[in-house]
Amino acid sequence: MENIPINTDSPSVIQEIIYQLKIKDVMTRDLITLRKSGTMRNVQLTMAKYKVSAVPITDSMRILGLVSIEDIIKALDNGYINDKIEKHMTRKLIVLEDDMPLSFAISYFNKYTFGRFPILNKEKELVGIISMRDINAKLLEHLNFAMQKLENSIESNNPTEIKNNTKEFQTVKFNFEIAGQASTEIKKTLKKMNLDRKFIRRVAVASYELEINQVVHSNGGVIKAVFDSDKITIIASDDGPGIPDLDKALTEGFSTANDWIRSLGFGAGMGLPNSKRVADEFEISSTPKGTIVKVGFNIIKEEI
Amino acid sequence: MKASDLETDLGYKPAYTNYPDNDITSGFTSDLLSDVMGNAREESVLITIQAHKNTVACCSLAGISAIIICSGRKIPEDMIDAAKEEDIALFTTKDNQFITSYKVYGLL
Repeated sequence: MENIPINTDSPSVIQEIIYQLKIKDVMTRDLITLRKSGTMRNVQLTMAKYKVSAVPITDSMRILGLVSIEDIIKALDNGYINDKIEKHMTRKLIVLEDDMPLSFAISYFNKYTFGRFPILNKEKELVGIISMRDINAKLLEHLNFAMQKLENSIESNNPTEIKNNTKEFQTVKFNFEIAGQASTEIKKTLKKMNLDRKFIRRVAVASYELEINQVVHSNGGVIKAVFDSDKITIIASDDGPGIPDLDKALTEGFSTANDWIRSLGFGAGMGLPNSKRVADEFEISSTPKGTIVKVGFNIIKEEI
Repeated sequence: MKASDLETDLGYKPAYTNYPDNDITSGFTSDLLSDVMGNAREESVLITIQAHKNTVACCSLAGISAIIICSGRKIPEDMIDAAKEEDIALFTTKDNQFITSYKVYGLL
């Protein structure tokens, strides 16, 4: 069997997983154990019943030995399947401690050919057993989680082009690192369309205000820009919690932003009023499930 | 006036060298980014204490040429990077917004 690579130059996310996870996070805790007074046949039947490939032999919480499926095959082969367990169990065991990092277990699997290791706690009591299957399952689970996180961050960092004339950008609650990226991208596209500077600025003002609104007030959302030849439309839709009083929200100076947001220069209560003022069309609807703001800008021939 | 006049005439410290010597035709003093966004004229110099990179994003979208960070507030590295990226000149001064506005107005 090939060694499992555990290198110190692995990607940090992998290292984090195998060094931070402890054996006790990965091991199987539901143990099927037998006493040494039973027979090898008992072990064989237990294995078949519980679908396990090794059975620890214990006396209360102490481990005395282990009978693996290889031991059973040998017993059948050599005709001593009805002998007492204590006569044939493997007594020379390598055990690991539940507080050790997972990397420790992996290096033991690399070093020895055993299929599993019994796990003891500090009091030397048997608390679990670890196999490569346990490790694989846990690693996959954590890698899935890490990859999902990575994918989400790529999604929010890099705007994705959906259709030819449409662009969508994710916003994330309180993430001021990427706030403004949607508007900057929209502005770049408008510049490429050779539109009038004043026109571009009007669109940029509205999209920036709506983008910041999502970052500051919503649970996150999407800024969508539609570039038609005669019209630019910005649609800001978020995942809630909604605006309780739309009239107030559209009043200049009214704000529900907290002190931290205000200290950054946001939350002056001018976001929606500013957007409405610069736009040719302005629609807003809000429920606790989300707010949708749609602003439109007509491209007049003279402006091109 | 030019952005470099802020350095040569007023002694304001540029946050990075080789900044773009943008034209400045107006000024705007505010710490509210929405206010800047909605009301500052293009080719303005923004006089503010908001020393973070969102100020640069806002100024870029509003077409602002230069930013002066007042009262000796420290400019974070990522704000300097953003300003470079967006071709916005960036200065610091110990003067507060009132004094800075008075001095800059005199140059316009």
